[in-house]
Amino acid sequence: MTLGSWLALFVALIGAAEIVRALRQRGLKQERWRRFFRNRTTSWGLGILVFLVIIAIAAPLVAPLDPIKQHDPVHLKNLPPSWTFILGTDVFSRDVWSRVVYGARVSLGIGALGALVAVSLGSLVGAVAGYYGRRVDAVLMRGVDVGLALPRIFILLMAVALWDGLPFVTLALAIGLTSWFGTSRLVRAEVLSLQQRDFVVAARALGAGDGRVIFRHVLPNAAAPIIVSAALGVGNVLLLEASLSFLGIGVAPPRPSWGNMIADGASSLYTAPWTTLFPGLAISLVVMSLNAVADGLRDALDPREEGGAA
Amino acid sequence: MTTETSGGVGALLRVRDLKTYFVTEHGKGTARAVDDVSFDLYPGETLGIVGESGCGKTVTSLSILRLIPEPPGHILPGSLIEFEGRNLLALPAPELRAVRGNQIAMIFQEPMTSLNPVFTVGDQIAEAAIIHQHLSRGAARARAIEMLQLVGIPDPGERVDHYPHQLSGGMRQRVMIAMALVCHPKVLIADEPTTALDVTIQAQILELLDRLQKELGMAVLLITHDLGVVAGHADRVVVMYAGRVVETAQTDELFEHPTHPYTEGLLAAVPRIDAPRARLHAIPGQVPAATAWPTGCRFRPRCPYAWDKCLTEPPLLETGTPGHTARCWLVTEPERRQASR
Repeated sequence: MTLGSWLALFVALIGAAEIVRALRQRGLKQERWRRFFRNRTTSWGLGILVFLVIIAIAAPLVAPLDPIKQHDPVHLKNLPPSWTFILGTDVFSRDVWSRVVYGARVSLGIGALGALVAVSLGSLVGAVAGYYGRRVDAVLMRGVDVGLALPRIFILLMAVALWDGLPFVTLALAIGLTSWFGTSRLVRAEVLSLQQRDFVVAARALGAGDGRVIFRHVLPNAAAPIIVSAALGVGNVLLLEASLSFLGIGVAPPRPSWGNMIADGASSLYTAPWTTLFPGLAISLVVMSLNAVADGLRDALDPREEGGAA
Repeated sequence: MTTETSGGVGALLRVRDLKTYFVTEHGKGTARAVDDVSFDLYPGETLGIVGESGCGKTVTSLSILRLIPEPPGHILPGSLIEFEGRNLLALPAPELRAVRGNQIAMIFQEPMTSLNPVFTVGDQIAEAAIIHQHLSRGAARARAIEMLQLVGIPDPGERVDHYPHQLSGGMRQRVMIAMALVCHPKVLIADEPTTALDVTIQAQILELLDRLQKELGMAVLLITHDLGVVAGHADRVVVMYAGRVVETAQTDELFEHPTHPYTEGLLAAVPRIDAPRARLHAIPGQVPAATAWPTGCRFRPRCPYAWDKCLTEPPLLETGTPGHTARCWLVTEPERRQASR
């Protein structure tokens, strides 16, 4: 680690803490965001996510070494953590810390993009199926059944065969496009019950069109399950990316992702556990933070939670 | 049907031969929830629709704006709901939406569940104005505050940002009224607007409706099971039973000279402050299932006067005195009434 990267890391930490504190300060004025920050773990989760996003963006500053460079495959491979290689080196003598930092770009990017695609598509399909019912519902839900029945790995393998070395965005899209089935089921069920509610009929009586009813009256009331499924979705996408990379069809080496780092280190798990431990920890940290933030969001977006007046 | 098809000159809303049926689960039968209902609503009047649960009041009101869930429900061809000369049942969806909430608005029974929990009341009141009049956000907010003031909510400037769960039942019903009236509709359909409220709040809400009706000059279709509400607030009354109109009259006329045995029974069942204390009258039996209305007159099984003609021939809506019609053979054979006493 160089002084510069220590400094950058320090700045990133302070920055994340400051951002969360500023958000919290502003949020306290509004009842909704007060509920968001009510739980301490939510703030921690948000802080960790902000921190990881900062170091992903500022990767060249935070990472002291080239993540791809093999420093000395003979003498410097599988070194335990030291002051030079703070998280050790991997089997190809690459700096694990630098790879974790650069891997955050890839993994968080794929996670966010994949989950975004999956949740948007799932919500849309679920809402349309639940709202229009009958044939529309039958056709869409049979499609979802097929989607759930097909092994996802198989679909992705086909995608790989078609593209030959998936570009990053295509991989994220492919993961997203194969991950929305569960969400659509969830949203459909929610929409079915919401649709019977008086305020939806009342909205139609006011002259609201289908689009307005779906996007303003139905979906916002389904926000809680959608957000939870988004947060869990990011985690799932991260894990899926890891397993794809493990199979060698994910992010193409030598570009680091947390998934392919685990895959690379798996063979030396006993002799050099740090090669898999740290990317694994990073994945766990992200998933846990997302869950904490999702909990907070669910509280914030559900006014029924709050009994007292503003 | 020889219903008063010729009538309704100058009516704002004409409902003719409305039939709304529901297909029950697994196609076991068809529930004829509303079966041949006709009435007129004139500008500026309050028309009460009374009847007990399951007689088709709510389905009638939902049918007017085509809010019946399809499936299982459907409005049969041949029905007519004419508003200002246009048949709402034949209107394409965009034009129908332009009527909903703009020209004809509706208040629902349950103020607790008829408001969207995730938006402020201001947002919801302004919604119709944004849809129909394309107001800007600022103008819509100002309008919402104005409406809150109109319906008598204190501190409208503050209440406008409150969520429904922060308001009491009476306040929510006022908000519902504000939502419905934001575009100054010509017709307001109030479906049991006070059923879910306690008695003192009921009176306040009904007075509010009366006042707003005068101020805005709209016609109100007041749907209720409460004859007391009708007596105090309706100009004319339509009595429904088993999916049909059984009697129509001016309110005073109806209360003084009820013609249909069902109306008679309903009036006899109301506790009176000026009568000696006695067991309240109850109409024997209960409303039959909508999948199997009785043959002939649908009230026959519960009617104290029924004779063999009632079993085979369904009575028509007959006019006794002008403006007073009843669906009963007693109108044409009044001597029967004495005979069975």
